[in-house]
Amino acid sequence: MPEDTGPKVRTATPLRGFAQRCVLFFLLSASIGLLMLGRIDTTLLDEARIALTDSTAPILEALSRPTATISDIAGNVRELTNLRQDNLALKAENARLLQWQQVARTLLAENDQLRTLMNFASDTAVKSVVGRVIGDTGGPFIRSLLVNAGLREGVKPGHAAVTADGLLGRVASAGKRSSRILLISDLNSRIPVLIESTRARAMLAGDNTRRPRLTFFSANIEIEIGSRIVTSGHGGMFPTGIAIGMVTEIGDAGIRIEPFSSPDQLEYIRLVDYGLNGIISEKQTSKSQRYGIP
Amino acid sequence: MRMAVWQNLDIAARKLTPFLVALALVIVNLVPLHLPGYATISPDLALMAVYYWALHRPSLMPAIAVFILGLFQDFLSGGPIGLSAGSLTLVFAVAVSQAQFFYAKSFLVVWWGFMMVSVGVGIIQWSVACIFLGRLISPDPAFFECAMNIAAYPILGWLFFQIHRTLPVGE
Repeated sequence: MPEDTGPKVRTATPLRGFAQRCVLFFLLSASIGLLMLGRIDTTLLDEARIALTDSTAPILEALSRPTATISDIAGNVRELTNLRQDNLALKAENARLLQWQQVARTLLAENDQLRTLMNFASDTAVKSVVGRVIGDTGGPFIRSLLVNAGLREGVKPGHAAVTADGLLGRVASAGKRSSRILLISDLNSRIPVLIESTRARAMLAGDNTRRPRLTFFSANIEIEIGSRIVTSGHGGMFPTGIAIGMVTEIGDAGIRIEPFSSPDQLEYIRLVDYGLNGIISEKQTSKSQRYGIP
Repeated sequence: MRMAVWQNLDIAARKLTPFLVALALVIVNLVPLHLPGYATISPDLALMAVYYWALHRPSLMPAIAVFILGLFQDFLSGGPIGLSAGSLTLVFAVAVSQAQFFYAKSFLVVWWGFMMVSVGVGIIQWSVACIFLGRLISPDPAFFECAMNIAAYPILGWLFFQIHRTLPVGE
């Protein structure tokens, strides 16, 4: 836009320019100040964040419906085209699963008997809430989802977010009607895991790629491609044995896991309260989830 | 008399449009599109809005509005608070200072300018993320987001241009 010229403008322009520069300087300093404040004390900013997210949740919920519908239609078309193939694959899988069912029944009975023998105290009751994904927070350095269930529905920070396939992440913060799920692929996600076959312990660290990395395992670990990774239960965040993924890469760049559950095409997530409070206090949780402090 | 009130209201509403549209874009950015891998590399729509309005009509998107927009984005996205606010304000400052150069230039030149800005923001955000986490992280997602930004700018630019045409001329 061409600026007006005139005696008034000629004197006012430099002044206005100076004022604008002052404002810009102030705003930039404020941003840096906020970044630092966020590092020192997260509680205040977290509360503001939760309140704002909560008030935006109804809008996001309304907006996410059409995209979910389109995705459903696309999914239906895909399913119809693969019907025959899927049917064959499912039949084969069903046959295999029936065998497993037999095994599971036998093991369940045996387990029950052994538990009775040992006077084993059973795990506390599991409560779960199903929430719809209303926000998929972009940004190259954050992997989290917004779900339309919050404190009102009984969701609390620390609850596990799971799908039928396996662990997706955990509830990082919960507002009244919405909550934020920190995905296992987020940079700040650290989950104690076990290699299912050998029971060797390790840590699963997200690095913003689709496939998180295994870290902190002993040097003589026995691991191969296809090994299943499950939660170990250490740290008291999750119970032992929630499926996470499968080892798909062993190389110089480390061991990588392909998670069973993919957050991309999800519409609903189950938020599970295993009745575990974890060994990490509330305050530390919010700090560590943001800055990756172990 | 009554007409004047309505006219003023209408002008005020039109003047607010760029900011409100940018605010809406921040929310739209969060809507899950159910596309594999999209969330990591989804373009930064607010960045495009700030760049466009800072170049063409900075009076309709003043620095404080840009800062609030960035803050809103920080709060909703779950990232470090102050990161988007700071980088958007910086983009605004740079774009306003270069507005003279871009005045009446072809779209390709404006697009090239956005490319530079987008790369700059990518580098800043990646560096801050590294400092925050205290370790080097892969710059790939930032790189892909940057590419998505550049690819998406013509579409958003067209949208802003359509809004721009309906705005009252002035200042």
